[in-house]
Amino acid sequence: MSVFDYNKEQDNRKPFHASGMAENAAKRATEDNQDKYAKQDNTPSGGNDEHYSLNDDRRVKVLSPGALVAKRFFRNRLAVVGLSILVFMFVFSFIGGLISPYGEDEFFYREDQINKEFAVVTENSDFRYMAKDSNLFGSAVQAQTMLAIQKGNEAFAYNGTNYALAQEGTDFYAISSGGNLVGIAYKDVVSPSTEGQALSFEFVYAALKSHAALEQELEDEAAQETAGASEAAGATDETSAPAESTEPAEPAEPAVKSFTVDGLTYTIDEDGGVLQGEQEVAYISRYIVQAIMPDVFLSRDFKEKLIDTIDAGETKFTYTDESLILDDETDTALEGEEAGIGAMDDGLPEEDNTASSATAEYTIERSQNHANWIIRQQQSSRQYDTYRSPCAKHWLGTDKYGMDMLTRLMYGGRVSLMIGFIVIIIETVLGVILGGVAGYFGGWIDNLIMRLVDIFYCIPSMPIILILGAAMDQQRVEPGKRLIYLMLILGILGWAGIARLVRGQILSLREQEFMTATEACGISVKSRIFKHLIPNVIPQLIVNCTMGLGSVIITEATLSFLGLGVKFPFASWGNIINDVNNTHVLTTYWFIWIPAGLLLLLTVLAFNLVGDGLRDAFDPKMKR
Amino acid sequence: MILFFVGFIIYALMRCLPTSFIENMARQKSMQPGSKSFDDWMAQLNAMYNMDKSVIPGYLSWLGTAIRGDFGDSWFYTVPVLEKFNDCIWLSFVMGGIAFILEILIAVPLGVIAATKQYSRTDYTISVIALAGISLPTFFFASLLKLVFSVKLGWFDLFGLVSRNYNQLSAWGQVMDKANHLVLPIVTLVVISTGSLMRYTRTNMLEVLNADYIRTARAKGLSEKKVIYHHAFRNTLIPLVTIIGGSLPGLFSGALITETLFAIPGIGYISYQAMVGGDIPFSMFYLVFLSVLTLLGNLISDILYAVVDPRVRIA
Repeated sequence: MSVFDYNKEQDNRKPFHASGMAENAAKRATEDNQDKYAKQDNTPSGGNDEHYSLNDDRRVKVLSPGALVAKRFFRNRLAVVGLSILVFMFVFSFIGGLISPYGEDEFFYREDQINKEFAVVTENSDFRYMAKDSNLFGSAVQAQTMLAIQKGNEAFAYNGTNYALAQEGTDFYAISSGGNLVGIAYKDVVSPSTEGQALSFEFVYAALKSHAALEQELEDEAAQETAGASEAAGATDETSAPAESTEPAEPAEPAVKSFTVDGLTYTIDEDGGVLQGEQEVAYISRYIVQAIMPDVFLSRDFKEKLIDTIDAGETKFTYTDESLILDDETDTALEGEEAGIGAMDDGLPEEDNTASSATAEYTIERSQNHANWIIRQQQSSRQYDTYRSPCAKHWLGTDKYGMDMLTRLMYGGRVSLMIGFIVIIIETVLGVILGGVAGYFGGWIDNLIMRLVDIFYCIPSMPIILILGAAMDQQRVEPGKRLIYLMLILGILGWAGIARLVRGQILSLREQEFMTATEACGISVKSRIFKHLIPNVIPQLIVNCTMGLGSVIITEATLSFLGLGVKFPFASWGNIINDVNNTHVLTTYWFIWIPAGLLLLLTVLAFNLVGDGLRDAFDPKMKR
Repeated sequence: MILFFVGFIIYALMRCLPTSFIENMARQKSMQPGSKSFDDWMAQLNAMYNMDKSVIPGYLSWLGTAIRGDFGDSWFYTVPVLEKFNDCIWLSFVMGGIAFILEILIAVPLGVIAATKQYSRTDYTISVIALAGISLPTFFFASLLKLVFSVKLGWFDLFGLVSRNYNQLSAWGQVMDKANHLVLPIVTLVVISTGSLMRYTRTNMLEVLNADYIRTARAKGLSEKKVIYHHAFRNTLIPLVTIIGGSLPGLFSGALITETLFAIPGIGYISYQAMVGGDIPFSMFYLVFLSVLTLLGNLISDILYAVVDPRVRIA
């Protein structure tokens, strides 16, 4: 087949050579060998040339050299396959990026329900002590007090001092020494309503005292009403809270007690709240509610609701906190900034959940030793939607940052192809200039440039790029600049091969007649090299560049794979596959790295196939 | 001469690295247990690379020590560079050697077959496979191998050279264990590098098959087998031996990517770590070493060319 084909080609070429004198000399010079061939073919059949008249329909078959190359190229099935893959890749990377609904570094989130430990509620079953004068009411005395309370003693002595113990309410004792009040022991905790405010001893004492009195009153009322002992027992029952014990009294007229400390009058209401005028300053409760996160201040409202729920024996409740809404919004705003993007720009359903997260669901759970309750806040939190399997919204799933894989691949292809082309352009420009100059002038210039080529040939490029990459890592070079450096480095390290090729070709070309002709015409050296010599090398250059593109893309991908090439936020096929370093990804998430690898493989293969096809097309002699 | 300039460029490059980087590395290295103090490192660095001098005298004095075989201490491994190098080079060499032999055994016959049956289906298949081998990114292929053979089939370990129970194994078991761990890297190396040699064989074989003396041999009525294996193949061997001989020194250079992927502590992986860790003495040494290997390869192929093809010698 090949021999036959070749003859046909020669047939086709005959008219071209007959009429092709107008074609540029340069083009013919590359196909010098074929010229000779054709001439040899021509001479014996020279007599038959007459029947090729201008209006002969076979005249139509005449092809320009370019078309001839194209024809030969398209006859090669492998090359066509390669070309179509390349076309697909370009469409995929450059147009796909435009069509894709997502941005290159657009993050996706998903909602996760997480049960976060939110607060701990402890019922205070130990006495707390507050000393008016810490000298007289030290911890040792406190221990004695406790003993006395347990024994039911009215007085005790410690360290030569006598103390009197007076019960002022349920689990509330005042300790005095020699008629002076020195301290109190209590179980109902008085906590300030606003954060970080210290309460004075007098205040606590007075508050507790009036609270106890209030409680007593209510109890009496309740006892009168129900005439049952159960209520009275309930007050001493551990699990009953002061808040609860007041509840039955609600229908009665609001029971309010007041007391005065430091000239200010406070009132105390049935829920244990201490009010100054209308404003609440503190409250009294048997339960201690502590937030797990130190920066969360639990409002009284929340605490009350919580305790109500605990008393009711329920395990779930919801609570809406206005202050939390504000907090959450600032949180998400921060989150958005951190991610380097504005908050969700399109109306994704995630948006409205930020508000609802203020209304959180809480679960109450008794801890192991039954000493306290653990409150878990069921929060829906926004997370990066990572490693999501392929679905309708994300055809190839999402990667480890929650970005759409398909879109990443498109942009990655863009970066990979662009790097390939730019590097090859740099290499070619350097190689052609230096190779052309060396080949044309010869002598010491040639020697110098060729030694330079030898040196660059010798430099191990991969390790050098690795080292530079590591250095850039250290310097925290910005990814965009890094990309440019990477291209420059790859280009500068890779021109030697092209220079060698160009020089070799030019060495043989400059001895030919057309060069003598250009010299005779007085064409300047510059245009002699770049207008007459270089165009003759172009076929080889194109083949070389096509093949080179593939290897540059592989080099870039390898670097990015090692994390030393293209960096986030830029995508590149290499840094997409980079995730495989994580064994878990390797085994579980095929969609992360297999598509990128296949694209890479196909692209490089296509470049090689096309390069091969081009070589065969430019140089049919090899194909025989 | 070339080496001198290559060395110079490498040295200049190292000098161009920001000083803070070097200081930083020295500081980090000095944090390592059993390492020298920061000042010692800096002093050593200055002494070694003559940072205080300008580039050219600095290079000359570095060259002076290096030529005597003194490359200093590795920062990353805190042992003399050459010692570390001795530890890991043979592993790389064994791995590269086995891969290289397999490569030749696969590539040359396939290339010959492809050439003799040009444009047949076999030829197309072999060509496409060869091209695919060339186009295959090492890391992607290695990952695929890992997925199939290590994860799915569980035949091999994912990383490393020895198993966890290495110390309990008998001497023979230890050898087999290492061999087991080398299978995947070697397969990777072979598949990646076979393609180009195969294509090279095919091209050269085609060229030879088109030569006049083959036509003469056929015209003589020799059997096709004799024509191909006696007349054609022996002539194809000339460029083959040249290129194979030229790549012999390359066996020592180690396979940087493959070794890194499989965490095989050969010269490639070791120097990768050194380079990423900013270990300048080791990197310098490795770079110079690689340049020497390249030059050596060129030299060997030139010599072999003359040895194999007497025409070159006469001309």
